[in-house]
Amino acid sequence: MIKIENLEKSYPIGKDSLHVLKGLNLHIKEGEFVAIMGSSGSGKSTLLNIVGLLDSYDSGTYYLNGQLIENLDEKKAAVLRNKFLGFVFQSFNLITYKTAVENVALPLYYQGMGRSERQLLAMQYLEKVGLADRANHLPNELSGGEKQRVAVARALATRPKVVLADEPTGALDSTTSHSVMELLKDINREGMTVFVITHEEDIAAQTDRIVRLKDGIIISDEKVNHKVNV
Amino acid sequence: MFDLDRWQEIFQAIGKNKLRTALSGFTIAFAILLFTLLFGVGNGLKHTFEKQFAGDSQYSIYINAGQTTKPYKGLQSGRTIQFKNEDSKFINEKFEYEIQYFSPNIQRSMQAIYKGEQNRYTVRGVYPDYQPLESAVIQDGRFLSFLDIDKRAKVVAIGRLVEKDLFGSLSAVGKNINLEGISYKVVGVFNDPGGDNDERFIYTPFTTFQGMYKPNDELDYFGLTFNPKLNVDQALKFSNLLTKMLKEKHNVDPRDQGAIRVRNYAEGTKNVQAFMMVLNIIILFIGVGTLIAGIIGISNIMVYIVKERTKELGIRKALGATPKSIVGMIMMESIFVTAVAGYIGLLSGVFILKAIGGNLEKYFIINPSVETYVVVGATIVLIIAGTIAGYIPAKRAASIKPIVALNDE
Repeated sequence: MIKIENLEKSYPIGKDSLHVLKGLNLHIKEGEFVAIMGSSGSGKSTLLNIVGLLDSYDSGTYYLNGQLIENLDEKKAAVLRNKFLGFVFQSFNLITYKTAVENVALPLYYQGMGRSERQLLAMQYLEKVGLADRANHLPNELSGGEKQRVAVARALATRPKVVLADEPTGALDSTTSHSVMELLKDINREGMTVFVITHEEDIAAQTDRIVRLKDGIIISDEKVNHKVNV
Repeated sequence: MFDLDRWQEIFQAIGKNKLRTALSGFTIAFAILLFTLLFGVGNGLKHTFEKQFAGDSQYSIYINAGQTTKPYKGLQSGRTIQFKNEDSKFINEKFEYEIQYFSPNIQRSMQAIYKGEQNRYTVRGVYPDYQPLESAVIQDGRFLSFLDIDKRAKVVAIGRLVEKDLFGSLSAVGKNINLEGISYKVVGVFNDPGGDNDERFIYTPFTTFQGMYKPNDELDYFGLTFNPKLNVDQALKFSNLLTKMLKEKHNVDPRDQGAIRVRNYAEGTKNVQAFMMVLNIIILFIGVGTLIAGIIGISNIMVYIVKERTKELGIRKALGATPKSIVGMIMMESIFVTAVAGYIGLLSGVFILKAIGGNLEKYFIINPSVETYVVVGATIVLIIAGTIAGYIPAKRAASIKPIVALNDE
């Protein structure tokens, strides 16, 4: 699903440039639940932005769903994002003047879906995250956990191949964190590839595979052995 | 453009962001309102000015005779110059091209009576050409005709106020009025933009009047209009030549200012035109200035709006909005708000002008109004300016990487 080889990225800072990613190799198969871990400045957010087609890279190769991502113009990137990717951000990034259901329906609007159809589908996904009763509330009338669940519903609405979550629990307390993680696990169980960035060990421990970054290189990449719950 | 979904998105953005909408709407509405008011008041001043000079055709020349003030060719000063019918013929033959309308004139103050009502009026014996000379407008019946001249008919055309004085609310046309013992049939009633005095005249055929009150083909003065194709300088040249020839014909010293007096409206017209041009330039300046202020205002607000929306635009891009759809959304919103606000400003401006317009006459402002095409044009200019002003920041916002936009707080 995601195949990255020798990926490099640096940001110009004044005259110098900050070398953030120093040749990453990463292969994520369809249906995997992967956590990227690392302290701040390790390059994990940059990696997610590149994977999410929100940012470009300098050298190396990146295949998304078998397609080489290179020299994308904004329009193509927008179409690919809409088709393959769903985003969950740390700061939720809901549109403040739209209700929960309208926020969920927005990516469907950009897909060109009709109004009543996308309203229906958006309601289905809100139900799935357990917020059907909050559908007509504005984001500032929702709690942090509820906001994030709306964001997850929004990420799922277009039935993407990959859900990218950037510190999805970073702004939440442990109880709501837990419910959001449960939601992501459910999604993964339905076969969706989920790609989580976090610096919290216990969050990462709930995924199937942990990739650790440090100073722009991968220092470890291991499967998680879950205790079998019966 | 007519995608319902897209408009719903835009209406939601407009409705849910009231401050933003009000801000840009107010700028536009206010600019158009000011534009309309200033332009209207300017036009009101212009109207006042025009009215001052609207009494007679601006191409008129009047020629009067008086007494000589200088001896000439052995003739003494103090001699009275008398125009006669042969002078009419002379002028008409010499200046066929230059003259458009021409009428000799005999003028007397007379008592007019209709059934019990009576009043004193100036009665003028004239040719049908006198109507355009005075800019008189027939409102009932007809003016004098050449047939009346030939038949020396006892008919009159009376001013609107004469009718009002003598006939009250009745129509005068077809009735007879008595002028010092002789009965005349009223054939028409006219009004005159020159005002009340000009509407208290009575016109009767020149031949009828001359036969009754002036022996020996005598007459009082000439009124004529020059060919409108002549420019002001040519018209002045023409009247100078005419004066010179008449003075020669009547043995008047060329430097004698009293014996033959020529009043050429072209001179006044020249000053009026110069003044009008200055007034027009001032009005134009005000208008353009207001528009520029409006354009700058809307440009600033568009920059602010796009800046404020950067994060929202980033979210939309992350969710799959193409740059084109982002630019389109901002532009359509901007055009819609500008158009509606512009229309509101236009309507309130016109309404205010209507409401206060009548009370400004003492400030030399008559009927302050603006031509529809001018205001609509101004609104369109602002819409286009708002569009361009919105396009540049929208284009930039659409090309910002979504990640940068998302980090914008």
